[in-house]
Amino acid sequence: MLQLKNVHKVFNEGQPDERVALAGIDLELKSGDFVTVIGSNGAGKSTLMNVITGVLAPDAGEIWMDGKEVTRLPEFKRSARIGRVFQDPMAGTAASLTIEENLSIAFTRNKTRTLARGVTKKRRAFFRERLAELNLGLENRLTAKVGSLSGGERQALSLLMATLTYPSLLLLDEHTAALDPARAALIAEMTERIVRASRLTTLMVTHNMQQAIALGNRLVMMDAGRIVAAFDEEEKKTLTIEKLLAVFQQMRSAASDRLLLNAFPPGAGLPGQGGE
Amino acid sequence: MFASIFGALESGIIFAIMALGVYLSFRVLDFPDLTVDGSFVTGAGTAAAMITRGLDPILATACGTLAGFIAGCFTGLLHTKGKIHALLSGILMMIALWSINLRIMEDAANIPLLGKHTLMTEMADFAKITGLDASLNAALKAVGLGESLPRTWGILILMLALTLIIKMLNDWFLQTEIGLVLRATGDNKRMSRSFSANTDRLTILGLGLANAWVALSGAIYAQYGGFADIGMGVGMIIVGLASVIIGEALFGTKTIARTTLAVIGGAIIYRIVVTLALRIEFFKPGDLKLITAVIVVLALVVPKAVDNRREKRRRKRRQAPADDRNREAEQRAAT
Ligand SMILES: Nc1ncnc2c1ncn2[C@@H]1O[C@H](COP(=O)(O)OP(=O)(O)OP(=O)(O)O)[C@@H](O)[C@H]1O
Ligand SMILES: [Mg+2]
Repeated sequence: MLQLKNVHKVFNEGQPDERVALAGIDLELKSGDFVTVIGSNGAGKSTLMNVITGVLAPDAGEIWMDGKEVTRLPEFKRSARIGRVFQDPMAGTAASLTIEENLSIAFTRNKTRTLARGVTKKRRAFFRERLAELNLGLENRLTAKVGSLSGGERQALSLLMATLTYPSLLLLDEHTAALDPARAALIAEMTERIVRASRLTTLMVTHNMQQAIALGNRLVMMDAGRIVAAFDEEEKKTLTIEKLLAVFQQMRSAASDRLLLNAFPPGAGLPGQGGE
Repeated sequence: MFASIFGALESGIIFAIMALGVYLSFRVLDFPDLTVDGSFVTGAGTAAAMITRGLDPILATACGTLAGFIAGCFTGLLHTKGKIHALLSGILMMIALWSINLRIMEDAANIPLLGKHTLMTEMADFAKITGLDASLNAALKAVGLGESLPRTWGILILMLALTLIIKMLNDWFLQTEIGLVLRATGDNKRMSRSFSANTDRLTILGLGLANAWVALSGAIYAQYGGFADIGMGVGMIIVGLASVIIGEALFGTKTIARTTLAVIGGAIIYRIVVTLALRIEFFKPGDLKLITAVIVVLALVVPKAVDNRREKRRRKRRQAPADDRNREAEQRAAT
């Protein structure tokens, strides 16, 4: 489904502030895989996402989707088949448009947009049905501007919008990090339900180890632009936070403060505020 | 008095089309587009040059509109493909258009249209033939305003119809699938691209459309005023902005249809205010731009000040009972 072959990305190459963000990533996702990604700040997780979606072009390496090479395909063309939820709840929706208008944009992502009406009666009924599944009462606020929603509501809407057309690939980059613990748990639960129901191939970045272990069928750990550990379906079943930390400590003599800090208060969403 | 208000109404309705264009670029696309000063003249010059050659005024107006569309597209290209700052793209295009407009006007700084067959003469004829003038003037006389009858009602009524048609076209477009992603592009480019929208192309299209309306307004205004002049666009962007800001402040922005109506209202009110101000003995015609600037500043500052006042008063009201309680507590503590 998704294949990354030896992908490299360097920022400010040749300058004093050179940063190697991706140093040879090989990763393959089979259809239906749900892979969680963990790693310290600056490990290259967001860069990996940006290279997959085409926000950034890799310096070397290839990206394949559904058997076609997409390395040089512009972002807007790739995103017809890639759903994304960002860390910032404001980023995934258009605030000045209404809920139904936002959903209509999501609905037409894989179609040719025309001069036909964006929100039709039929579509509105469909949107209402899908919104009702979120249990937030948004189905009664179709014509409310999205800017008037709370962060949690906006993130739930972003998730619905990202998955509305059953994209070939769903990318989640710390999408619960900006929410309070209760909202974060809700969105995480929602994510699992939606991904499972539609069998979406998913790549999810999180700083919450508990979540990384609980969700998905595979787990990869990144550090300094590399995948330093990977756990397949069988291995992941017996994985614990302690084991994960041990692996991490093996990789680095001293584990990142961030990981340690985030590992211990178990419970749902943690206020990770990674720099995008 | 009546005649000058009537004139202000007519020109306000013509400028409203330009203001709708400015609304598209400034508000919908969130793009501060300064092309307007140039594309207004492009529309006027193209139409005037074609009319003096004896071409049909409707065709001439349409060509002026198209020329404005192309100019706007170039501004969009500079910004999206050339990666030039939005303001600078507009300024560059505005400067370039000065020369292009002179070419279009065949090196004449001014093209008079008096005595030519224009859209305005057609509208006036229409009103005369259909008896519109006669019946409306009779009505005016009946209410005692008979001493200063307008030349024709045709321009006012037909222009109002045209402006409303353009407004509805705009409203409709912004609700289509393409219109929705265009709005999203102005709101949140990252989101827009992540939903497979070609934001570059949409920006170019939006700026083209915005400047098409501006040029249409210019083409009509040239025929209304009886000339096209190379300098007639100077400060037009501020007039457009003034209309948008005044309209939004007075009539609200709840929905798109409401906002575009507000913009038209803003354009008309702006025109009337300026006309009335210029009737004051003290002001000279040259003060027009200063008056415009002051009006825009007022429209920007006053609504905010009013909001602040209201907010302060609200807080005070909330504070008052709490203060009373505190004072009581202090007194009790003292005794
Ligand atoms: N646009 C950029 N310009 C320069 N350097 C960048 C840029 N984007 C990322 N980097 C650098 O690349 C490295 C990887 O960053 P990335 O954002 O991918 O990390 P991350 O794993 O997502 O971290 P976090 O957990 O904080 O979100 C970092 O060292 C970062 O400083
Ligand atoms: Mg990140």
